[in-house]
Amino acid sequence: MTRTDVIVIGGGLHGCCTALHLARRGLRPIVLEKNTVGRHASGVNAGGVRQLMRHTAEIPLSMAAMAAWETLAETLGPELAANCGFVGGVGQIGIAQSAQEMDWCHERVAEMHALGYDFEEVIDQEELRRLVPSVADICRGGLVSRRDGHANPFRTTQSFRRRAEQLGARILERTRVIGLEQGDGGWTVTTDNGVFRADIVVNCGGAWAWQAGAMVGEGFPKSHFASTLMVTSRMPHFIDPVVIGIDRVLSFKQTEAGTVVIGGGILGDPDLDEETAETVADRMMESAETVYEFFPILRKATIVRTWAGLEALMPDIIPVIGPSRVARGLWHAFGFSGHGFQLGPIVGSVLADLILDGESPIPLDAFSPSRFTAEGKLKPQAH
Amino acid sequence: MTGTERENCELAIIGGGPAGLAAATLAARLGVETVLFDEQPAPGGQVYRNIEANSRETGLLTPILGADYARGLDLVRAFRASGAGFEPMSAVWQVAANGKVGISRDERACLVRARRVILATGAMERPVPVPGWTLPGVIGVGAIQTLMKASGIIPDRPVVLAGSGPLLYLVAFQLAKAGAPLQAVVDTSGGSLASAARQALPILAGFAGDLLKGLSWIAALKARGIALYRGGYLSIEGVSRVEAVSFRSGGRRIRIATALLALHEGVIPNNQITTSLRCQHAWDRTQLAWRPETDAFGATTSPLVAVAGDGAGIAGARAAVHRGRLAALDAAFRLGRISRNERDDRARADRQALLREARFRSFLDRIYRPSEAMRRLDDETIVCRCEEVTAGELRQLIGEGFSDVNQLKSFSRCGMGQCQGRMCAGTIGRLLADETKADIADMGQYRLRIPVKPLPLAELAALGNADRNSGPVLEVADGDPSQRI
Ligand SMILES: Cc1cc2nc3c(=O)[nH]c(=O)nc-3n(C[C@H](O)[C@H](O)[C@H](O)COP(=O)(O)OP(=O)(O)OC[C@H]3O[C@@H](n4cnc5c(N)ncnc54)[C@H](O)[C@@H]3O)c2cc1C
Ligand SMILES: Cc1cc2nc3c(=O)[nH]c(=O)nc-3n(C[C@H](O)[C@H](O)[C@H](O)COP(=O)(O)OP(=O)(O)OC[C@H]3O[C@@H](n4cnc5c(N)ncnc54)[C@H](O)[C@@H]3O)c2cc1C
Repeated sequence: MTRTDVIVIGGGLHGCCTALHLARRGLRPIVLEKNTVGRHASGVNAGGVRQLMRHTAEIPLSMAAMAAWETLAETLGPELAANCGFVGGVGQIGIAQSAQEMDWCHERVAEMHALGYDFEEVIDQEELRRLVPSVADICRGGLVSRRDGHANPFRTTQSFRRRAEQLGARILERTRVIGLEQGDGGWTVTTDNGVFRADIVVNCGGAWAWQAGAMVGEGFPKSHFASTLMVTSRMPHFIDPVVIGIDRVLSFKQTEAGTVVIGGGILGDPDLDEETAETVADRMMESAETVYEFFPILRKATIVRTWAGLEALMPDIIPVIGPSRVARGLWHAFGFSGHGFQLGPIVGSVLADLILDGESPIPLDAFSPSRFTAEGKLKPQAH
Repeated sequence: MTGTERENCELAIIGGGPAGLAAATLAARLGVETVLFDEQPAPGGQVYRNIEANSRETGLLTPILGADYARGLDLVRAFRASGAGFEPMSAVWQVAANGKVGISRDERACLVRARRVILATGAMERPVPVPGWTLPGVIGVGAIQTLMKASGIIPDRPVVLAGSGPLLYLVAFQLAKAGAPLQAVVDTSGGSLASAARQALPILAGFAGDLLKGLSWIAALKARGIALYRGGYLSIEGVSRVEAVSFRSGGRRIRIATALLALHEGVIPNNQITTSLRCQHAWDRTQLAWRPETDAFGATTSPLVAVAGDGAGIAGARAAVHRGRLAALDAAFRLGRISRNERDDRARADRQALLREARFRSFLDRIYRPSEAMRRLDDETIVCRCEEVTAGELRQLIGEGFSDVNQLKSFSRCGMGQCQGRMCAGTIGRLLADETKADIADMGQYRLRIPVKPLPLAELAALGNADRNSGPVLEVADGDPSQRI
């Protein structure tokens, strides 16, 4: 039996970042990861660092995350920070093709202004062309968030892991949590690789996080999905910003290597038990079509690989961050519903504040586990 | 009806080598509606590539390629007469577990739904990562042969052949007969063919013909005055292209200046599709390659899919015919054309023939096992040629604690390029096993997803027969573009 003060379930970006911040504040976290660090969503996502077009409840957290991305070196040290491959300030752009989409952009910016946020701007066709010279004539303009960008997901997760380890956290791979029990001496965490004792447990289990909830009788939605990406062969550099669709299915960016990573909500077939997902050709057409129409330069491109990652999906598509509603000393951070990479550098820091100070400067009410019923359904008033 | 208009078929066979041809012929005869897809313009596979044209336009090639090659004509003729459909120039870029076969033909992609699939995709040459192997002017011995078969191209500048495996002397012999300027053959296998044959005599009874053939190639090369070496620790020199090859032989280092070098270390199963299907694979400790696990009829762990021929483990062209027939019998049984008893009765002869072949194969496997001297990897040697990742870079990452081929891939891009890891899949596992003193069988394989062959975006955008609404319905707030996943 191993004793420590805090156990983190899950070695994704959020688990590693949580361990990092807890270690920084003097605890000795142990991260238990059933596979390998970054094996799931955190290592295989599209790497989009996007404040643009987020759910308004997420914006304060997302803005704090953006600041953390821009000062990664303070958290990780210069070398590990550089290793993340973060490219900020290139912007993310939502491209509008129809008049309705342009109208929606104006409404969205008005709503954002009313809430006091000014980082989204409507752009016309000329500005769109300036930012993205390769865009087709059918694109009229859109919405931009200029500080946004992208990073290398696998390397980012590894950097947070390494920094956490440097600060004294331990990461145990191939260690699956199969039991969680609270007694007088704190938590007993049973795994297929030994038993652990800790005062505090943090559940960063991604698509499987509901299982840790179930171990203590706390219900959460089990819903999850397999987000799919396709990647082209290397192309000459032609675009800096990340572009996404508004009504049309689209999301893509060009990586440092020159390959173009295309996504936009293409669904694969998830298999939670096998811990993998299949990509399905039938469902890739729409994304391919949009790319084809919006970016003539990609008409000759070749898809060389596709992959999919498993991600928890909350019915209100915002994460669960906060204390367990059934047990003391248990905390949750999961359910990022397809856009949690951008929040990667901040959630762990917020959790460390919550756990050690009892509060966070960032409003988190919308993410409370208490928005679910005991069975794990969203309470009606929570909408 | 051509491939891109076809919507479904009972049995799809991928690959028109001896395994696919024999499978298609028998299945069609048993009344199964069968279609064979191959990316080549004509049936024949690797071994009987372009056989119809080469035997029609007789002249040179059949006499050079030999009687074994000509034998393929009977297989092709039987296939042509069988009533099975044939879709040439159709590259298969996916086989999904539900039987949806993705093909690309004439710049159009489409999905054909099959009730059963037989993969007869054959073998590929084992990559030979020695220092300098990625220089222009270095090619595969099999590739030289492919050029001869497909387009009658015979190298016109001096060529050195190096490596091991039955194909080495066969192709050397074929080149010499064709009058190619063959400079030297460097045999990197451990022992000599003659002494290995003597040791193995008891199990080789009945294969005297094959054995004599191998020895006769060597004798013929000697008679033509071609330099034959036994060597190891190959190293390729050159700046912008190959200039020379050097190797250790009998205690000294020999250097041969050449502008064309062909390497060979045997062939390995072409298992991209079974890997993408997540079929169970086993590490073959003799052939040093992954092969899909199958039952006696070639059925894999993916319920609709069987493998026949070298794709199920290297066993050669003769065995491929029997394995193709067995897979066809099982398909006919599963599709309700014959009873289980009839399947088993008809299978007996093919089973026996296979057992016989297996004896000779185990001899070949033993003598042509890639030698340790060829398998050492210098730090500067490129492992992944698409992304130019060296053994040294991978060693460093392994030293930092990466313990899984897919982690190494994610971090280094090794295996992420155009060839989708075909060239480095074996090497990276070996490197990881060597560095961590672990068993290569535990190192696992690259995770592979469709497309197993690069697919133009334009073709995907216009994919025929796709079921756009096949996706799960996500129960989330909808309609507002900011409520996005
Ligand atoms: C294809 C794809 C593209 C995406 N693109 C973007 C994007 O561009 N921008 C963006 O912001 N977000 C994106 N996302 C979302 C983002 O990747 C995720 O929100 C984020 O990585 C979630 O991190 P996590 O640490 O919660 O989950 P994960 O990375 O899934 O980590 C959870 C870990 O917990 C482990 N675990 C679970 N249960 C147990 C247990 N019982 N015992 C031990 N270990 C356990 C799992 O093995 C897993 O490694 C994308 C997601 C996918 C799949
Ligand atoms: C380069 C090379 C040369 C060889 N030459 C000889 C020789 O001369 N003599 C000999 O005895 N053995 C030779 N071999 C070994 C030989 O391949 C086998 O023993 C025999 O051909 C195996 O037969 P098969 O039916 O399993 O596959 P193959 O004969 O290899 O046929 C496989 C067929 O599948 C097709 N195919 C594969 N993947 C796809 C796809 N995704 N989409 C569409 N079509 C696909 C290929 O085009 C090919 O026609 C050679 C092997 C290689 C790699």
